[in-house]
Amino acid sequence: MAKDAERSLRGAMRHHTDDPSSYDATAVLLRELVSHLRQNRTQLREEWARRITEAQLLTAMSKDEIFAEATAVYDQYVEALETGTFEALQAYARSLSERIIPRGVETHEVVGIVLLLRDVLARSLFAKYQADFRKLDRILDAYEPAANRIANTVAVGFVQERERVIRQQQEAIRELSTPVLQVRERLLILPIIGVIDPQRARQLTEQLLRGIRTNRAKVVVIDITGVAAMDATVANHLVQTVEASRLLGATVIVTGLSPEIAQTLVTIGVDLGKMNTVGDLQGGIEQAERLLGYKVVPIEAAG
Amino acid sequence: MEVPVLKQGPFLIATVQAALTDDDLVQLRKAMVERVVLSRSLGVIIDVTAMDIMDSFASRTLREIAQMIRLRGAETVIVGIQPEVAFAMVQLGITLEGVVTALDLEEGLEYLNHKFKNNA
Repeated sequence: MAKDAERSLRGAMRHHTDDPSSYDATAVLLRELVSHLRQNRTQLREEWARRITEAQLLTAMSKDEIFAEATAVYDQYVEALETGTFEALQAYARSLSERIIPRGVETHEVVGIVLLLRDVLARSLFAKYQADFRKLDRILDAYEPAANRIANTVAVGFVQERERVIRQQQEAIRELSTPVLQVRERLLILPIIGVIDPQRARQLTEQLLRGIRTNRAKVVVIDITGVAAMDATVANHLVQTVEASRLLGATVIVTGLSPEIAQTLVTIGVDLGKMNTVGDLQGGIEQAERLLGYKVVPIEAAG
Repeated sequence: MEVPVLKQGPFLIATVQAALTDDDLVQLRKAMVERVVLSRSLGVIIDVTAMDIMDSFASRTLREIAQMIRLRGAETVIVGIQPEVAFAMVQLGITLEGVVTALDLEEGLEYLNHKFKNNA
């Protein structure tokens, strides 16, 4: 990975000149560039932090926090320029992203601040080498590919971390919302809440069928009080779930159908003879208990 | 491939092995009805735990077995359909309509015992 970085840097640099000694010249220029950035570290960081605030980026963070992160990014930036390797920068980009994503920092802000740093550093190079245009030209040849690579590394690192967080959250939501609960011997309850898409419906069915087998359930109550609406595809999935459960010897009672869902089921012509429905969860459990031969009686107070 | 059929009191238990060809299924249908007549059985359990696929021909044949056995006054229960198989079946619209199903052998026997205790 490091070798690739160096090779691509060198390749980009060699594109600008065919002189075989040019690589050494470029290395010298880079060293000069890096020492300039180190010498002017204080002003350049402050300039950058100022421009970040001016551009109204990172508003979720305080001025001190912005300056602290700016310092860390700056140093990583210069380090990447100096060594031509990007692992440390990638690792830093990931850890920075882990810190700022929960604060609500968005992708455009991260891309924005990295581009601003690039600009601030470029301007300082213009200022320093304004008298020697040819030297400025060569210094920029050394600087630009590296700077672009750095901007890319940080932005991509941030986006990848965001995607990872989103996937994790989706997984968590999925697991939260589909528990299969045993409330009596042979009786399972599946309370469904939220939006069911075909993928979730499929997952629910698989989970329920496994639960029927594991718990040897004879009755399942599927409660959809928490489901606002259902399209025809999902309604069919529900019917399939009922049928598949029957193949495993279990009776399904569906409870909590909203008026909208009741309408959907009738409109799409679902064979309601196949569906055993009861108004609410309480009614569903009571019917399930009857089917299983339970009778619930109040405990008489002694005496 | 012949399907082993055991006698358990008034009931017969047929245990299907994994891959049943169409011919095997036709054989099974013939054999089950004959055995029910010979043993004067009241009920039949067909255990399909080992079947990892249930296609429309298998489903239709099992339905036919149940219908033929019912004409002899006996009841059929299909047991052991695996979750994955059940899921695949309903997606293809194969439902084993009109056939009693139960989770496993134990449940199947309980069903038959219950049914014939009541009728006795």
